[in-house]
Amino acid sequence: MKAPTLFEELANVLPRDCLKIADEDMRPYECDGLSMYRALPKCVALPEDEKQLAEVMRICHAHRVPVVARGAGTGLSGGAMPDPNAVLLSTAKMMKIISVDPLACTARVQPGVRNLAISEAVVHHGLYYAPDPSSQIACTIGGNVAENSGGVHCLKYGLTVHNIRKLRVVLMTGEIVTLGGDGLDSPGYDLLTLMIGSEGLLGIVTEVTVKLTPKPKLAQVAMASFASVETAGAAVGEIIAAGIIPGGLEMMDQIATEAVEGFVHAGYDLSAAAILLCESDGTPDEVADEMARVSEVLRKAGATDIKVSNNEAERLRYWSGRKNAFPATGRISPDYYCMDGTIPRRELPRVLNEIARLSEKYGLRCANVFHAGDGNLHPLIMFDANVEGELQRAEDFGADILELCVEVGGTITGEHGVGIEKINQMCVQFSPKELTRMHEIKHAFDEHALLNPGKAVPTLHRCAEFGRMKVSQGKPMPFADLERF
Amino acid sequence: MIDLWQQQIKAAAAKGEKLAIKGSGSKLFLSPTHEGAALDTRAHSGIVEYDPKELVIVVKCGTALAEVEKAMADAGQMLAFEPPHFGEGATIGGMVATGVSGPRRAYAGAVRDFVLGAKVIDGKGDHLSFGGKVMKNVAGFDVSRLLVGSFGSLGVITEVAFKCLPLPKAEATRVFEMDSATAIEAMNRWYAEADPITATTWVDGELYVRFAGAAPAVNSAVQKRGGEALANDLDWWRDWREQRHAFFANAKELHRMSCKSTAPVLDDMATAIEWGGALRWVEADEANAAKLRYQASRAGGYASVWRGGASTHASAAQSLSEPLKEIHAKLKTSFDPYNVFAPLPLGEVAR
Repeated sequence: MKAPTLFEELANVLPRDCLKIADEDMRPYECDGLSMYRALPKCVALPEDEKQLAEVMRICHAHRVPVVARGAGTGLSGGAMPDPNAVLLSTAKMMKIISVDPLACTARVQPGVRNLAISEAVVHHGLYYAPDPSSQIACTIGGNVAENSGGVHCLKYGLTVHNIRKLRVVLMTGEIVTLGGDGLDSPGYDLLTLMIGSEGLLGIVTEVTVKLTPKPKLAQVAMASFASVETAGAAVGEIIAAGIIPGGLEMMDQIATEAVEGFVHAGYDLSAAAILLCESDGTPDEVADEMARVSEVLRKAGATDIKVSNNEAERLRYWSGRKNAFPATGRISPDYYCMDGTIPRRELPRVLNEIARLSEKYGLRCANVFHAGDGNLHPLIMFDANVEGELQRAEDFGADILELCVEVGGTITGEHGVGIEKINQMCVQFSPKELTRMHEIKHAFDEHALLNPGKAVPTLHRCAEFGRMKVSQGKPMPFADLERF
Repeated sequence: MIDLWQQQIKAAAAKGEKLAIKGSGSKLFLSPTHEGAALDTRAHSGIVEYDPKELVIVVKCGTALAEVEKAMADAGQMLAFEPPHFGEGATIGGMVATGVSGPRRAYAGAVRDFVLGAKVIDGKGDHLSFGGKVMKNVAGFDVSRLLVGSFGSLGVITEVAFKCLPLPKAEATRVFEMDSATAIEAMNRWYAEADPITATTWVDGELYVRFAGAAPAVNSAVQKRGGEALANDLDWWRDWREQRHAFFANAKELHRMSCKSTAPVLDDMATAIEWGGALRWVEADEANAAKLRYQASRAGGYASVWRGGASTHASAAQSLSEPLKEIHAKLKTSFDPYNVFAPLPLGEVAR
């Protein structure tokens, strides 16, 4: 008797509408938010629950077929880009909020629940889920866990990794494990934090217990104008030096504010070379106290104008510009490419000047929005993919920015992940031995390297081809005697 | 120093010998096995980089925790997880390797939440660097956080970068007479109602709550909740953190139960409660230890021996499933293929 095929076996464990094999049905899954990279998968599986998901994994494991996990597909680094040889496994149908415990400030949710839906479900308890990536209206908590997503409030409230208590995870073998716990720690190695941000390389999350945060009673934002990006950057350091950790601290340069103003009319000062948005949250007394101190620091740091929001509508209007910076850029340029490096903040003037120089070199405009509090840069490189060579120039420009971030002591990605996009720059940031250790860690979870192959951690072979291996002690690493895998 | 250690590790690996990584020894009571020639981390000491405006401090492993805390306090900052020292010379390396956090943990986060990057010499003698010294970094697996609480089993942690936070502007501790069940409810409810709490402890029929933050916020919380003022609050919390309080001194065999913050009280065992209810210190003997472990697992957590019992890690490890034990073993082999360092922090169960 002929052994059942992969499709036959998957069809046995999935409802009819949960397995897609026709090209036209798979088209919506061909890319994530990094739309320049596209491919059709072998098939798309949409399990409805953990049991089905585990069966899909078990079957793929038995057939040695790779699996690429996908949430809402809003990722910006191609982490969920399909592989023609792999099953694309979407958790979109697993979207139940299982339970909310308002006293313990936790919620148990399935991976396909949208980030914002968690906060909406607990708002009547005076709670919310703190990490707020700008895609929060659409992105799922499963994807947030895979990417360790950030947002505009993470200096004060932390990244995804700081707001997750427990995960149920299906391994490539179909086995189900629990990481973390209902308490604040768990025995053995801290595999919970290892899983968070592992970009679908170690396992697939089927249930997430999130920590909920009491909603501050009031939030107010100050908007300050500066005559140069240097003084704006220095003002950020002064706020921190004054012992203030603002709820949000964002910076935009003039190209960004001009793009945004034409789009949402946030009321930004277009004569300023840079603006800062500084948010304070807490009790009304606390906010009044902090806002007074913030305003004083900003003035002393050379702000040419300071406006403080008088009501919630005004606060949201000030934020609307920042939150719409990406689509606004899309409006003034046919295409844009968003970078995500993080740098020590003191290096900001040097990095921004260098970006301006590169902008001239490549003949492409670049707007800068910046999670100033935590040093996370989002240069938006504008280009037109229909003009021959512009995409390549944009990618080269981006790669130069990432390598610059590493050079000044930073990292190639603060919150968007490596995915397929920054895979080559991983060779610049990590040594061959460090990358090898990461492959060994993957091997501990996924013996046959079937989960999201080719993403996040480059093979040494790929680095050798890229030809920019990390320089160690001033000497390039020799390539000749490297292990190749 | 790094070169020397690399040679020492390679030599031990070649000869099949073990090395005992050790700082001041203040937390040795947490590590049941410690064999081989000593590798004293205090030979690699000092603050590498500290720029308060960046909120980042980079420290060598053998640096005294007290020295780091002093430098940070001088700049108006702190390690927000309030690490216990458990001895005069406690080092940064020991703090990270054991991953033990103090009273502020439930409100600010744990050691691992503030680790931004780390360097480690593995069992092959390779010096590797993971993470970095910036606030946000998602490049590659989060190996630096994996090292926290690894009890020296993965390698010699040589350098760690931490996120710093400003010291609170104002603090006030209030004491409330109440039974443990009421205290657990209060700890959870007051936090959920957005009180600016940074520590909670219930012991001997009294609930201690530390409010901290901007002065107006602390004052209004104090007025709202009442209670009695605690005069020597700084000393009290330091003694509690260092486990010098009479509750710890009197306990013969002390167990640590990590559980859901709202878990019910254990009526028949002497207990102190902190971390908003998520950490229970329980006096138990061999006879009721099994019952405690059962209660802990029902409460979504685990229990382990802390002081005075048999094996510190073994009891905790029983709650790990087979696939997880296998992953632990593979990770250990990857970092330490020749078993130069301490065994997996899982006690007898995993071996």
